[in-house]
Amino acid sequence: MITLLSTWTFGLALGFVALGVFVSYKLFSFPDITTDGSFTLGAVVATVLLVAGVDPVLATLGGMLAGAAAGACTGMLHAILGIEPLLAGILMTTALASVNLVVLGRSNVPLSGVTTLLDRAEKALLPLARLVGFADAAAGEAARLGFVLLAAVAAVVLLYLFFRTRLGTAMRAGGDTPTMARALGRNTGLLTVAGLAIANSLTALSGAVVAQYQGFADVQMGIGMVVWGMASVFLGAALVGPVRLGGALVATLAGSVTFRLLVAAALRAGLNPDWLKFTTAIVVLTALVAPRLLVRRQHVPAAR
Amino acid sequence: MLQLHNATVTFSAPGGPLVRAVDGVSLTVPTGQFVVVIGTNGSGKSTLLGSIAGTVRLDGGRIDVAGHDITRWREDQRARLLGRVFQDPRAGTAASLTVLENIAVAACRGRRAGLGWATSGSLRGEAARRLAAVVPGLDARLDQPIGSLSGGQRQIVTLIMATWHRPELLLLDEHTAALDPAAADRVVQATARLVREHQLTALMVTHSLVQAATLGDRLLLVHRGRIALDVQGAAKRRLAADDLAHRFDRLRSADQLDDSAARSLAELYV
Repeated sequence: MITLLSTWTFGLALGFVALGVFVSYKLFSFPDITTDGSFTLGAVVATVLLVAGVDPVLATLGGMLAGAAAGACTGMLHAILGIEPLLAGILMTTALASVNLVVLGRSNVPLSGVTTLLDRAEKALLPLARLVGFADAAAGEAARLGFVLLAAVAAVVLLYLFFRTRLGTAMRAGGDTPTMARALGRNTGLLTVAGLAIANSLTALSGAVVAQYQGFADVQMGIGMVVWGMASVFLGAALVGPVRLGGALVATLAGSVTFRLLVAAALRAGLNPDWLKFTTAIVVLTALVAPRLLVRRQHVPAAR
Repeated sequence: MLQLHNATVTFSAPGGPLVRAVDGVSLTVPTGQFVVVIGTNGSGKSTLLGSIAGTVRLDGGRIDVAGHDITRWREDQRARLLGRVFQDPRAGTAASLTVLENIAVAACRGRRAGLGWATSGSLRGEAARRLAAVVPGLDARLDQPIGSLSGGQRQIVTLIMATWHRPELLLLDEHTAALDPAAADRVVQATARLVREHQLTALMVTHSLVQAATLGDRLLLVHRGRIALDVQGAAKRRLAADDLAHRFDRLRSADQLDDSAARSLAELYV
């Protein structure tokens, strides 16, 4: 029971990465490798602040801000210096590897004896979890899941509202067709910088939440996160088919949880954990190719 | 009002000679004038338009629009004064956004976007009214992705977007060239109508001889980066498509065009 709850919590916590990748990759067509670095950045900044005695909410926000700054840097490498999206992200993530190590001081820092955001949320939501029928240790786990679920839903709602404002719509237009956005007076470079800042603040938030959930930060914890995000985005899209902005955001979150459940099931079925990243890559590949193959098959009879 | 003062754009092909794509062009387009621009491929007409739009930098001269010296303005800054429609219908609209969301972005042209709701009820009503006035029925498709519209419909929506707030200058870059003849005709009619209704100053590059003869108040023929022919007023009104062919011949005999250019003009326009 606890394992299942924990799988959901992890899936939702990593859902912020998926939402970040949705913003950078789907809305801005920007394959943003910064994701790997900014996930760790969010974790280490939040951890260092927590250990220094900063309030958990502020520490988490601090991690998000650091992630936003990293995303903005990648955006500027692209928009101002004209560096290709992939290369800009690689450069930024490489630089962040050092930044993360320096910020954390060593490769691994535990959060034992520190009150984290999740400890606080657990205390607040525990009565509710017991009320719903969870007991003992499961109640604590359910309370933490409830908190992460609330946070993830809040993120989806806020993203939806923002991207339906005039500024958010202009950002989507700029990501979709830069010529059009520029012809209508939008500075597409600036919009990309802002978009990547939003995307990486979400990724960093994920890192901060995961560190507080698992009780430690590790400089290696961000490896493969961009692929995780893409897998969730594609899986979500494959689950629901073509939908509008709101549906796509919900689907992305659902994609992350589904993917985490699939991974947990595969591990339980005896998958060697060493093959986990390989499996992830295969899932991404399948999610990318399968819809295209299905569409092609449908169109063959009607082909002119 | 548009004024070009000795505008020059020079390209250098790698290893090749310098090419004066726009060679010291001076031009005054008074407010409310509809100018049609023709010329062969490589004549410099598109570069001329691009230098006004801000996609191509001048390396000499000056551009004034409505009293603003815009020579050093970025492309997105110039959008405050300019409305633009591209040759490729996909370049002027964002395919994944709905028709109304595209219009919402156009309604912010030259303004701060801000955090107001993009597709407000008042915008919806105004958009439906303006779309239906040009293409009956198009107003029913406000909430569909604009990518689901045909190329001609997309160009008409782009025209409405470009003129949503009256631009000081409307730039049309071969905006019917990618369409089938029937759709091109509808877009031309919508263009003429919007230019007339809003009393716009417009510059339209075209490859169609018929459009060049029948549309606008003034015709410019660009050749080798210069304006080789400038017809306006009563002479422009009398101009027929056949006349243009004769004009090309006369230009050739006046030795302003060489034989190959005259041939390619004749192929393109006749």
